[in-house]
Amino acid sequence: MDSQRRKFLKMAGLTAVAGMGAPAINMLLKGEVRASETEASTAPALPTKSVKRLGMVVDVNKFGANPGLAQKCVEACHSIHNVPDFRNPDGSIDKKDEVKWIWAEKYEHTFPDASQYKRNVGLEELPVMTFCNHCDDPPCVRACPTQATFKAKDSGIVMMDYHRCIGCRFCMAACPYGARSFNWRDPRPFIKKLNPDFPTRMRGVVEKCTFCAERLAVGKIPACVEATGDTKAMVFGDLNDPNSEISKILASTFTIQRKPFLGTKPSVFYII
Amino acid sequence: MYDKGKIIPGLIIFLGLFTFPLWYNAGNAGNPPKPEKPAGYQKCVRPVEYMRTSHMVLLNQWRDEVIRGDEREMIMIDGKPYPKKLQAGCMGCHADKKKFCDRCHTYASVKPYCWDCHFPPKEKM
Repeated sequence: MDSQRRKFLKMAGLTAVAGMGAPAINMLLKGEVRASETEASTAPALPTKSVKRLGMVVDVNKFGANPGLAQKCVEACHSIHNVPDFRNPDGSIDKKDEVKWIWAEKYEHTFPDASQYKRNVGLEELPVMTFCNHCDDPPCVRACPTQATFKAKDSGIVMMDYHRCIGCRFCMAACPYGARSFNWRDPRPFIKKLNPDFPTRMRGVVEKCTFCAERLAVGKIPACVEATGDTKAMVFGDLNDPNSEISKILASTFTIQRKPFLGTKPSVFYII
Repeated sequence: MYDKGKIIPGLIIFLGLFTFPLWYNAGNAGNPPKPEKPAGYQKCVRPVEYMRTSHMVLLNQWRDEVIRGDEREMIMIDGKPYPKKLQAGCMGCHADKKKFCDRCHTYASVKPYCWDCHFPPKEKM
Protein backbone atom coordinates (compact mmCIF):
# COMPACT_ATOMS: atom_id res chain seq x y z
CA MET A 1 0.00 0.00 0.00
CA ASP A 2 2.68 2.49 1.10
CA SER A 3 4.91 1.96 -1.92
CA GLN A 4 1.94 2.51 -4.22
CA ARG A 5 1.14 5.83 -2.63
CA ARG A 6 4.80 6.96 -3.04
CA LYS A 7 4.71 6.06 -6.70
CA PHE A 8 1.44 7.89 -7.18
CA LEU A 9 2.74 11.08 -5.56
CA LYS A 10 5.95 11.00 -7.63
CA MET A 11 3.99 10.61 -10.85
CA ALA A 12 1.61 13.40 -9.89
CA GLY A 13 4.52 15.75 -9.11
CA LEU A 14 6.30 15.02 -12.36
CA THR A 15 3.10 15.53 -14.34
CA ALA A 16 2.53 18.90 -12.68
CA VAL A 17 6.11 20.06 -13.42
CA ALA A 18 5.83 18.92 -17.03
CA GLY A 19 2.47 20.65 -17.39
CA MET A 20 3.78 23.97 -16.06
CA GLY A 21 7.06 23.79 -17.94
CA ALA A 22 5.68 22.90 -21.35
CA PRO A 23 4.57 26.40 -22.41
CA ALA A 24 7.98 27.83 -21.48
CA ILE A 25 9.79 25.18 -23.51
CA ASN A 26 7.40 25.79 -26.37
CA MET A 27 8.10 29.55 -26.25
CA LEU A 28 11.88 29.04 -26.16
CA LEU A 29 11.72 26.72 -29.16
CA LYS A 30 9.70 29.28 -31.12
CA GLY A 31 12.25 32.00 -30.30
CA GLU A 32 9.70 34.46 -28.98
CA VAL A 33 11.61 35.37 -25.86
CA ARG A 34 13.27 38.78 -25.74
CA ALA A 35 15.44 40.28 -23.07
CA SER A 36 13.61 43.59 -23.32
CA GLU A 37 10.05 44.63 -23.92
CA THR A 38 11.04 47.05 -26.69
CA GLU A 39 13.37 46.68 -29.65
CA ALA A 40 16.97 47.69 -29.18
CA SER A 41 17.49 51.41 -29.73
CA THR A 42 20.43 50.80 -32.04
CA ALA A 43 18.28 49.07 -34.63
CA PRO A 44 18.06 51.27 -37.73
CA ALA A 45 14.91 52.69 -39.30
CA LEU A 46 12.57 52.05 -36.40
CA PRO A 47 9.12 53.48 -36.95
CA THR A 48 8.65 56.46 -34.65
CA LYS A 49 5.58 57.05 -32.58
CA SER A 50 4.45 60.31 -34.15
CA VAL A 51 3.71 61.61 -37.64
CA LYS A 52 6.34 64.30 -37.36
CA ARG A 53 9.23 63.97 -34.99
CA LEU A 54 10.49 67.41 -34.16
CA GLY A 55 14.09 67.54 -33.08
CA MET A 56 17.09 69.77 -32.69
CA VAL A 57 20.78 69.74 -33.54
CA VAL A 58 23.02 71.75 -31.21
CA ASP A 59 26.45 72.71 -32.50
CA VAL A 60 28.49 73.07 -29.33
CA ASN A 61 31.48 74.62 -31.11
CA LYS A 62 29.40 77.52 -32.38
CA PHE A 63 28.45 78.32 -28.81
CA GLY A 64 32.16 78.33 -28.01
CA ALA A 65 32.86 80.69 -30.92
CA ASN A 66 30.08 83.10 -29.87
CA PRO A 67 30.53 83.92 -26.19
CA GLY A 68 27.28 85.05 -24.61
CA LEU A 69 25.14 83.17 -27.11
CA ALA A 70 24.23 80.50 -24.58
CA GLN A 71 23.06 83.13 -22.11
CA LYS A 72 21.06 84.81 -24.89
CA CYS A 73 19.22 81.56 -25.64
CA VAL A 74 18.38 81.01 -21.99
CA GLU A 75 17.20 84.60 -21.61
CA ALA A 76 15.03 84.39 -24.73
CA CYS A 77 13.34 81.20 -23.58
CA HIS A 78 12.89 82.08 -19.93
CA SER A 79 11.58 85.60 -20.56
CA ILE A 80 8.98 84.40 -23.08
CA HIS A 81 7.77 81.54 -20.91
CA ASN A 82 7.67 83.40 -17.60
CA VAL A 83 10.25 81.11 -16.01
CA PRO A 84 11.05 82.32 -12.47
CA ASP A 85 14.58 83.14 -11.41
CA PHE A 86 15.36 81.90 -7.91
CA ARG A 87 18.52 83.33 -6.42
CA ASN A 88 20.26 83.11 -3.10
CA PRO A 89 21.00 86.35 -1.25
CA ASP A 90 24.56 86.24 -2.67
CA GLY A 91 23.28 86.16 -6.26
CA SER A 92 24.02 82.51 -6.98
CA ILE A 93 21.28 80.28 -8.36
CA ASP A 94 19.21 78.60 -5.66
CA LYS A 95 19.60 74.97 -6.72
CA LYS A 96 16.73 73.72 -4.60
CA ASP A 97 14.06 76.00 -6.04
CA GLU A 98 15.62 76.45 -9.49
CA VAL A 99 13.26 76.24 -12.46
CA LYS A 100 14.81 75.85 -15.88
CA TRP A 101 13.66 75.02 -19.38
CA ILE A 102 17.04 75.37 -21.09
CA TRP A 103 20.44 75.78 -19.50
CA ALA A 104 24.15 75.64 -20.26
CA GLU A 105 25.79 72.55 -18.82
CA LYS A 106 29.37 71.30 -18.70
CA TYR A 107 30.37 68.68 -21.25
CA GLU A 108 31.25 66.11 -18.60
CA HIS A 109 27.85 66.51 -16.97
CA THR A 110 25.96 66.37 -20.25
CA PHE A 111 27.71 63.22 -21.43
CA PRO A 112 28.73 61.43 -18.24
CA ASP A 113 28.95 58.12 -20.10
CA ALA A 114 31.60 59.48 -22.50
CA SER A 115 35.20 58.87 -21.49
CA GLN A 116 36.70 61.90 -19.78
CA TYR A 117 40.22 60.45 -19.78
CA LYS A 118 42.71 62.51 -21.78
CA ARG A 119 39.95 64.35 -23.55
CA ASN A 120 40.20 67.72 -25.27
CA VAL A 121 40.85 70.37 -22.60
CA GLY A 122 38.91 72.96 -24.61
CA LEU A 123 35.66 71.13 -23.96
CA GLU A 124 35.88 72.19 -20.32
CA GLU A 125 34.82 75.76 -21.09
CA LEU A 126 32.23 75.00 -23.76
CA PRO A 127 28.62 75.57 -22.76
CA VAL A 128 26.50 72.61 -23.85
CA MET A 129 22.88 73.70 -24.19
CA THR A 130 20.64 71.18 -22.48
CA PHE A 131 16.86 71.00 -22.47
CA CYS A 132 14.10 68.42 -22.83
CA ASN A 133 15.12 65.78 -25.38
CA HIS A 134 11.53 65.13 -26.47
CA CYS A 135 12.33 61.44 -26.49
CA ASP A 136 10.54 59.12 -28.86
CA ASP A 137 10.06 56.75 -25.94
CA PRO A 138 9.79 59.18 -23.03
CA PRO A 139 10.12 57.62 -19.57
CA CYS A 140 8.42 60.65 -17.98
CA VAL A 141 5.23 59.92 -19.93
CA ARG A 142 5.26 56.32 -18.69
CA ALA A 143 5.68 57.51 -15.12
CA CYS A 144 2.96 60.17 -15.12
CA PRO A 145 -0.11 58.83 -13.28
CA THR A 146 -2.50 61.50 -14.60
CA GLN A 147 -1.34 61.80 -18.22
CA ALA A 148 -0.49 65.41 -17.48
CA THR A 149 2.62 64.85 -19.56
CA PHE A 150 2.09 63.09 -22.85
CA LYS A 151 3.54 62.69 -26.30
CA ALA A 152 1.80 64.77 -28.97
CA LYS A 153 0.88 62.36 -31.75
CA ASP A 154 1.36 64.74 -34.64
CA SER A 155 4.58 66.48 -33.62
CA GLY A 156 6.36 64.12 -31.25
CA ILE A 157 6.66 66.90 -28.68
CA VAL A 158 6.52 65.77 -25.06
CA MET A 159 3.83 68.14 -23.84
CA MET A 160 2.72 69.26 -20.40
CA ASP A 161 -0.84 69.95 -19.28
CA TYR A 162 -0.29 71.91 -16.09
CA HIS A 163 -3.99 71.68 -15.23
CA ARG A 164 -3.68 67.95 -14.74
CA CYS A 165 -0.31 67.88 -12.99
CA ILE A 166 -0.71 66.80 -9.38
CA GLY A 167 2.92 67.48 -8.48
CA CYS A 168 3.90 63.89 -7.67
CA ARG A 169 7.29 64.41 -9.41
CA PHE A 170 7.43 60.83 -10.74
CA CYS A 171 8.33 62.33 -14.12
CA MET A 172 11.29 64.13 -12.58
CA ALA A 173 12.54 60.88 -11.13
CA ALA A 174 11.98 59.14 -14.46
CA CYS A 175 13.71 61.74 -16.66
CA PRO A 176 17.37 60.76 -17.08
CA TYR A 177 18.28 64.26 -18.31
CA GLY A 178 17.13 66.45 -15.41
CA ALA A 179 15.02 68.42 -17.85
CA ARG A 180 12.09 68.90 -15.49
CA SER A 181 11.69 71.41 -12.68
CA PHE A 182 9.24 71.53 -9.83
CA ASN A 183 7.59 74.69 -8.55
CA TRP A 184 8.26 74.44 -4.85
CA ARG A 185 7.05 78.00 -4.36
CA ASP A 186 4.64 80.37 -6.09
CA PRO A 187 6.75 81.38 -9.09
CA ARG A 188 5.07 84.71 -9.86
CA PRO A 189 7.01 86.99 -7.49
CA PHE A 190 10.27 85.62 -8.91
CA ILE A 191 9.59 86.34 -12.57
CA LYS A 192 11.74 89.29 -13.59
CA LYS A 193 9.39 90.67 -16.23
CA LEU A 194 5.99 89.09 -16.76
CA ASN A 195 5.09 88.24 -20.34
CA PRO A 196 1.31 88.75 -20.36
CA ASP A 197 0.86 86.61 -23.46
CA PHE A 198 1.97 83.38 -21.81
CA PRO A 199 0.57 81.98 -18.55
CA THR A 200 2.75 81.40 -15.53
CA ARG A 201 2.64 78.20 -13.51
CA MET A 202 1.33 77.70 -9.99
CA ARG A 203 2.95 76.17 -6.93
CA GLY A 204 3.05 72.37 -7.06
CA VAL A 205 3.39 71.65 -10.77
CA VAL A 206 6.29 70.40 -12.87
CA GLU A 207 7.38 72.36 -15.93
CA LYS A 208 9.81 71.94 -18.79
CA CYS A 209 10.65 72.87 -22.38
CA THR A 210 7.82 72.23 -24.86
CA PHE A 211 9.78 73.08 -28.04
CA CYS A 212 7.71 76.29 -27.99
CA ALA A 213 4.52 74.47 -29.02
CA GLU A 214 2.60 77.76 -28.68
CA ARG A 215 5.00 79.49 -31.10
CA LEU A 216 5.02 76.60 -33.57
CA ALA A 217 1.21 76.88 -33.69
CA VAL A 218 1.49 80.40 -35.08
CA GLY A 219 4.29 79.56 -37.50
CA LYS A 220 7.26 80.74 -35.43
CA ILE A 221 10.38 78.74 -34.58
CA PRO A 222 11.43 77.96 -31.00
CA ALA A 223 12.68 81.00 -29.09
CA CYS A 224 16.17 79.57 -28.44
CA VAL A 225 16.66 78.77 -32.14
CA GLU A 226 15.50 82.28 -33.00
CA ALA A 227 17.99 83.69 -30.48
CA THR A 228 20.91 81.92 -32.16
CA GLY A 229 20.05 83.81 -35.37
CA ASP A 230 22.30 83.16 -38.35
CA THR A 231 24.96 81.30 -36.39
CA LYS A 232 23.16 77.98 -37.03
CA ALA A 233 24.24 76.94 -33.56
CA MET A 234 20.83 75.32 -33.12
CA VAL A 235 18.86 73.81 -36.00
CA PHE A 236 15.26 72.77 -35.52
CA GLY A 237 13.16 70.55 -37.77
CA ASP A 238 11.34 67.32 -38.51
CA LEU A 239 13.50 64.21 -38.12
CA ASN A 240 10.95 62.14 -40.04
CA ASP A 241 11.25 64.32 -43.14
CA PRO A 242 14.37 63.20 -45.06
CA ASN A 243 14.54 66.54 -46.89
CA SER A 244 14.50 68.78 -43.82
CA GLU A 245 17.62 70.77 -42.98
CA ILE A 246 18.07 68.87 -39.74
CA SER A 247 17.88 65.47 -41.47
CA LYS A 248 20.52 66.58 -43.98
CA ILE A 249 22.83 67.78 -41.20
CA LEU A 250 22.37 64.52 -39.31
CA ALA A 251 23.05 62.50 -42.46
CA SER A 252 26.32 64.29 -43.16
CA THR A 253 27.70 65.08 -39.69
CA PHE A 254 28.83 63.02 -36.74
CA THR A 255 26.49 63.75 -33.86
CA ILE A 256 25.91 62.28 -30.43
CA GLN A 257 22.84 62.02 -28.21
CA ARG A 258 22.60 62.12 -24.44
CA LYS A 259 22.60 58.66 -22.86
CA PRO A 260 21.34 56.83 -25.98
CA PHE A 261 21.91 53.45 -24.31
CA LEU A 262 18.89 54.04 -22.08
CA GLY A 263 16.61 53.50 -25.06
CA THR A 264 14.68 56.74 -24.63
CA LYS A 265 15.52 57.74 -28.24
CA PRO A 266 16.24 61.42 -27.67
CA SER A 267 15.35 63.85 -30.47
CA VAL A 268 18.16 66.27 -29.60
CA PHE A 269 21.57 65.75 -31.20
CA TYR A 270 24.92 67.37 -30.44
CA ILE A 271 27.81 68.24 -32.72
CA ILE A 272 30.90 68.31 -30.51
CA MET B 1 -36.25 68.78 35.58
CA TYR B 2 -35.19 71.69 37.71
CA ASP B 3 -35.58 75.24 36.36
CA LYS B 4 -37.80 74.03 33.54
CA GLY B 5 -39.32 77.47 33.34
CA LYS B 6 -35.96 79.07 32.55
CA ILE B 7 -34.29 76.38 30.40
CA ILE B 8 -37.03 75.82 27.83
CA PRO B 9 -37.71 79.50 27.03
CA GLY B 10 -33.95 80.03 27.04
CA LEU B 11 -33.47 77.27 24.47
CA ILE B 12 -36.27 78.65 22.31
CA ILE B 13 -34.73 82.15 22.37
CA PHE B 14 -31.28 80.75 21.59
CA LEU B 15 -32.54 78.72 18.61
CA GLY B 16 -34.48 81.69 17.33
CA LEU B 17 -31.43 83.94 17.44
CA PHE B 18 -29.14 81.25 16.04
CA THR B 19 -31.32 80.61 12.99
CA PHE B 20 -32.13 84.31 12.51
CA PRO B 21 -30.18 84.61 9.21
CA LEU B 22 -32.06 81.61 7.78
CA TRP B 23 -35.63 82.75 8.42
CA TYR B 24 -34.92 86.44 7.94
CA ASN B 25 -33.68 85.81 4.36
CA ALA B 26 -36.13 82.98 3.55
CA GLY B 27 -37.60 83.21 0.05
CA ASN B 28 -35.19 85.97 -0.88
CA ALA B 29 -32.23 85.08 -3.12
CA GLY B 30 -30.46 88.35 -2.43
CA ASN B 31 -29.38 90.62 -5.26
CA PRO B 32 -28.72 88.44 -8.30
CA PRO B 33 -25.36 89.18 -9.91
CA LYS B 34 -25.35 91.30 -13.05
CA PRO B 35 -22.20 90.48 -15.00
CA GLU B 36 -21.36 93.24 -17.42
CA LYS B 37 -21.36 91.97 -20.99
CA PRO B 38 -18.89 93.43 -23.44
CA ALA B 39 -20.30 96.27 -25.51
CA GLY B 40 -20.55 95.83 -29.25
CA TYR B 41 -20.88 92.04 -29.28
CA GLN B 42 -24.19 90.30 -29.96
CA LYS B 43 -23.24 86.63 -29.78
CA CYS B 44 -20.91 84.48 -27.72
CA VAL B 45 -19.25 81.29 -29.03
CA ARG B 46 -22.16 79.29 -27.57
CA PRO B 47 -25.73 80.26 -26.58
CA VAL B 48 -25.95 82.35 -23.42
CA GLU B 49 -27.81 79.63 -21.48
CA TYR B 50 -25.05 77.13 -22.22
CA MET B 51 -22.31 79.59 -21.31
CA ARG B 52 -24.05 80.50 -18.06
CA THR B 53 -24.08 76.91 -16.83
CA SER B 54 -21.23 75.18 -18.65
CA HIS B 55 -18.49 77.64 -19.64
CA MET B 56 -16.01 75.72 -17.49
CA VAL B 57 -16.80 72.52 -19.39
CA LEU B 58 -16.16 74.32 -22.66
CA LEU B 59 -12.84 75.67 -21.36
CA ASN B 60 -11.69 72.18 -20.39
CA GLN B 61 -12.81 70.83 -23.76
CA TRP B 62 -10.90 73.59 -25.59
CA ARG B 63 -7.79 72.93 -23.54
CA ASP B 64 -7.83 69.22 -24.40
CA GLU B 65 -8.49 69.90 -28.08
CA VAL B 66 -5.73 72.47 -28.35
CA ILE B 67 -2.89 70.77 -26.51
CA ARG B 68 -3.75 67.09 -26.98
CA GLY B 69 -5.32 67.18 -30.43
CA ASP B 70 -3.56 70.25 -31.85
CA GLU B 71 -7.00 71.41 -33.02
CA ARG B 72 -6.33 75.12 -32.84
CA GLU B 73 -8.70 76.30 -35.55
CA MET B 74 -10.60 79.47 -34.71
CA ILE B 75 -14.28 79.48 -33.85
CA MET B 76 -16.21 81.53 -36.41
CA ILE B 77 -19.17 83.57 -35.20
CA ASP B 78 -20.81 85.83 -37.77
CA GLY B 79 -17.65 85.77 -39.84
CA LYS B 80 -15.42 86.82 -36.95
CA PRO B 81 -12.75 84.41 -35.69
CA TYR B 82 -12.32 83.72 -31.98
CA PRO B 83 -9.32 81.71 -30.73
CA LYS B 84 -9.93 78.77 -28.38
CA LYS B 85 -8.11 80.46 -25.55
CA LEU B 86 -8.99 81.90 -22.17
CA GLN B 87 -6.63 84.88 -22.21
CA ALA B 88 -6.68 85.77 -25.89
CA GLY B 89 -10.15 84.36 -26.62
CA CYS B 90 -12.66 84.89 -23.81
CA MET B 91 -10.88 87.78 -22.15
CA GLY B 92 -10.40 89.45 -25.51
CA CYS B 93 -14.08 90.47 -25.45
CA HIS B 94 -14.85 90.10 -21.73
CA ALA B 95 -12.06 92.48 -20.96
CA ASP B 96 -13.04 93.24 -17.37
CA LYS B 97 -12.62 90.26 -15.06
CA LYS B 98 -13.98 92.11 -12.02
CA LYS B 99 -17.19 93.16 -13.74
CA PHE B 100 -17.74 89.88 -15.56
CA CYS B 101 -16.20 86.75 -14.01
CA ASP B 102 -16.00 87.87 -10.41
CA ARG B 103 -19.59 89.08 -10.06
CA CYS B 104 -21.10 85.61 -10.47
CA HIS B 105 -18.21 83.74 -8.91
CA THR B 106 -18.38 85.88 -5.78
CA TYR B 107 -22.16 85.47 -5.59
CA ALA B 108 -21.92 81.69 -5.97
CA SER B 109 -18.86 81.59 -3.71
CA VAL B 110 -16.76 79.64 -6.21
CA LYS B 111 -13.05 80.27 -6.41
CA PRO B 112 -11.74 79.02 -9.76
CA TYR B 113 -7.95 78.79 -9.91
CA CYS B 114 -7.69 80.07 -13.50
CA TRP B 115 -5.87 83.18 -12.37
CA ASP B 116 -3.14 81.35 -10.49
CA CYS B 117 -1.52 80.95 -13.90
CA HIS B 118 -3.49 82.89 -16.50
CA PHE B 119 -3.44 86.67 -16.54
CA PRO B 120 -6.64 88.69 -16.30
CA PRO B 121 -6.62 91.56 -18.84
CA LYS B 122 -5.66 94.26 -16.33
CA GLU B 123 -2.17 92.80 -16.01
CA LYS B 124 -1.48 93.57 -19.67
CA MET B 125 1.54 95.77 -19.77
